[in-house]
Amino acid sequence: MYYDKLIFEISTEGRKGYSLPKTEIERREVPDHLRRPDCPGLPEVSELDVVRHYTNVSFKNFGIEKGFYPLGSCTMKYNPKINQDMANLPEFAGLHPYQPLDTVQGMLHVYYETQRMLSEISGLDTFTLNPYAGAHGEHIGLMIIKAYHRSRGDEKRTKIIVPDSAHGTNPASATVTGFESVEVKSNADGTVNLEDLKSVLDDTVAGIMLTNPNTVGIFEKDILEIAKLVHQAGGLLYYDGANLNPLLGFARPGDMGFDIMHINLHKTFSTPHGGGGPGSGPVGVTKALVPFLPKPVVKKTSDGYSLDGETDLTIGQVSHFVGNIGVAMKAYAYMLTIGKDNITDIARFSTLNANYIKESLKDDFLLPIEGICKHEFVFDGLKDKSTGVTTLDVAKRLLDFDMHPPTVYFPLVVKESIMVEPPETESKQTIDKFIEVMKAIAKEAKEDPDKVKGAPYNTVVKRLDEALAARKPIVKYKDLLSE
Amino acid sequence: MHKYMPHTHDDVRAMLDRIGVEKLEDLFSEIPKTLVHKELDIPNSMSEIELREHFASLAKQNTPLIPFMGAGAYDHYTPSVIRHLIERQEFLTAYTPYQPEIAQGTLQYIFEYQSMICQLTGMDVSNASMYDGATATAEAMFMATGVRRSKKILISATVNPNIQEVVKTYALYRDIEVITVNEEDGQTSLDEVKALMDKDVAGLIVQNPNLYGITEDFTGFKDALDEHKGLFIMNHDPSLLAHLKTPASWGVDIAVGDAQTLGVPLSYGGPYIGYMATTTKLMRKMPGRICGVTKDQDGKRAFVLTLQAREQHIRREKANSNICSNQSLLALFVTIYMALMGKKGVYEAQQMSHDHAHYLHDKLLELPTFEPAFDKPFFKEFTLKTTLDVDKMNDVLKEHGYLGPLPQKRFDEAKADLVTFAVTEKRSKAQMDAFVDIVRGLS
Repeated sequence: MYYDKLIFEISTEGRKGYSLPKTEIERREVPDHLRRPDCPGLPEVSELDVVRHYTNVSFKNFGIEKGFYPLGSCTMKYNPKINQDMANLPEFAGLHPYQPLDTVQGMLHVYYETQRMLSEISGLDTFTLNPYAGAHGEHIGLMIIKAYHRSRGDEKRTKIIVPDSAHGTNPASATVTGFESVEVKSNADGTVNLEDLKSVLDDTVAGIMLTNPNTVGIFEKDILEIAKLVHQAGGLLYYDGANLNPLLGFARPGDMGFDIMHINLHKTFSTPHGGGGPGSGPVGVTKALVPFLPKPVVKKTSDGYSLDGETDLTIGQVSHFVGNIGVAMKAYAYMLTIGKDNITDIARFSTLNANYIKESLKDDFLLPIEGICKHEFVFDGLKDKSTGVTTLDVAKRLLDFDMHPPTVYFPLVVKESIMVEPPETESKQTIDKFIEVMKAIAKEAKEDPDKVKGAPYNTVVKRLDEALAARKPIVKYKDLLSE
Repeated sequence: MHKYMPHTHDDVRAMLDRIGVEKLEDLFSEIPKTLVHKELDIPNSMSEIELREHFASLAKQNTPLIPFMGAGAYDHYTPSVIRHLIERQEFLTAYTPYQPEIAQGTLQYIFEYQSMICQLTGMDVSNASMYDGATATAEAMFMATGVRRSKKILISATVNPNIQEVVKTYALYRDIEVITVNEEDGQTSLDEVKALMDKDVAGLIVQNPNLYGITEDFTGFKDALDEHKGLFIMNHDPSLLAHLKTPASWGVDIAVGDAQTLGVPLSYGGPYIGYMATTTKLMRKMPGRICGVTKDQDGKRAFVLTLQAREQHIRREKANSNICSNQSLLALFVTIYMALMGKKGVYEAQQMSHDHAHYLHDKLLELPTFEPAFDKPFFKEFTLKTTLDVDKMNDVLKEHGYLGPLPQKRFDEAKADLVTFAVTEKRSKAQMDAFVDIVRGLS
């Protein structure tokens, strides 16, 4: 049965879900002029009420452990349980961030070794784990680019180049760092158009943001040439780590000429997405940019690990403490579980999975870019455009088969984009089932298009009226009561 | 074969055949040879047994101390229920709710979270969370300077210095000038606010309780800001809002803070969760995700991300924030905390923090080595002046398993004799008496 109650709607006056110790300490009152006169309207529920409520709420969600989750650019790989157990160890979870260094050496070891392994894997010199998420990493990376140019007295560099296929976060990050973003066109295969790049490169360019493989899953084979051109123009190269998975152990952004990058630990290094965070977006830099890293920096000395607060060139502080270190612990456990003996298999099997799906479905779905892809690829909707069935319809129909749809309508350069990323943790059986369902939907689109357009049918709610929500925003329980 | 990768030899063969290539390496042939990397300098894989042993040995190099310090991270009680619920795979392993039909669970708890944050702060609308309290404050600055089309903002000297520092870092690269409002007897100087405010200044950022633990009196601040259409931004500990006047009642336009105080474990500083709430008037200028109510085709109540025209994936370079994913699972964490504690529990728990903090305060003042630093009301954190060698005191406390008070000289050398203690409902009378006994023995 569909559970539709809000926690407020099961509240019963007088119930409680907590216990506190008795205290013999005298009660004091908050001064009248500072005291809240009323009581915040929080629910009154028992402990079992709470447990049952959120258990029922959870049933309305789809997670990786339920089924295939080929969400492009998101790397929805299995989130190992042991990582969670390690991150929960009380000797780590119970540490105050200002504890003396000699009482937190184990935690700092995790921080230092995680950044060291990320440096080794990506070919950059040093990482900071302080950034909280990929977008936060971009923001900080661009601050470093700006600080670098400013430190050289080169104030005229105000532009950041982003390809037209880039994620919306890239230009937004440029804006919040006080840059102007300049779009550069893609070739038909989604790679950077070198001529267009040359035409925008001048001494006002601070840097370029790229993913490689790019957002359509194609490796930028001209990357060394691109790096040369950008560097010759005095700019820096920023690598958006969203697509790092298929390069692990094969090729390193640092060796390609990138100066700075972020990695999403919640993508490439298996930490759970949590329904939209907490993630972690470590930023790595070349040796020349290390002095600009945000503080504090974890250092290894002869006396153990230390936290270094002051360097002349640091961009400053970007998080209250040292970032989502609890997330980094999971990535650390994952890296040790994978090891150097298995890391290249991540690249191999994620790429194998993607190419296998692409080749299996290209008769039914329009493949705009032929050839070998990396860990993901893009279809441009159904091959047969006469049915009127859109990418959105296909995605909604997939919901009926207990599979999470791929990313849709991104990148913007492909109109009816269906972006498929099947991580290395998925088996041939799971993928074959997906192929079978996708083919069945393509067939259904021909035979009974209205059926596909009416999907989903088996979900707890059907298609939603998103315009209504924006027109008349109801954003809290109190708004519902005054309905 | 690795436990996380299920591909058998036969699977690989069949898949390569379908693709039409000979071997796995053929899938990487376009990568220039000069880029193909040799062996990485990382350890070989560990089994689960070895991994556990490794973590156990690292755990021995950590010693969690019993905190008598806060400074942005507070040791509050965490009900067991929370961990069990947030680790349900349906919550833990889901992506951002882009397909609302199969993400009603995430969307519903975001809606409940927003509702509860509004109840605590008195504000009209909350977003789905920010990274931490410091970055939420910096984002509030972006929001205010964007709304007011201004490049200047005021920040009180009594805001936690780390938060000030994050705000200033964000501002520096966007050429926003952050002007410090001096303190007067441990509080934000209203006279200075009046003197510094003009039509070119976007607004004022304050914190309550402030870096000394003082609960400030903001009478007159709203009027001073209104005169120049300045926005009022307040970073407030949400756990104290069952007791203290809400940001809304002080006339705040943007309320932010760190919701770590709602039971989130210390975890060496993260993950925590920033919150942000604002007025209906400014709702469409707020960064981050917002969940709203709508109906499905059958008229059934449902939840959906809304007002997305504000966000980076639509506005791209015109967006005023680049935030995408935030700290969603922590939003669930504090939602469950607030549900369990409920109407009375948040009040009772923090009443206990309050009373115990005042007990410790009075006990310490009985010692000849301490005297009051300010004659101002405080809640769970308070600052004293001491004649003791602060580093030596904290070393001795550490040997006894305690994390001593925050030395204010960490942030300002001129405050060498000021120390700030924090007490939560978890500090018992026996612990505090033992703590005071150790301090009494010092001279």
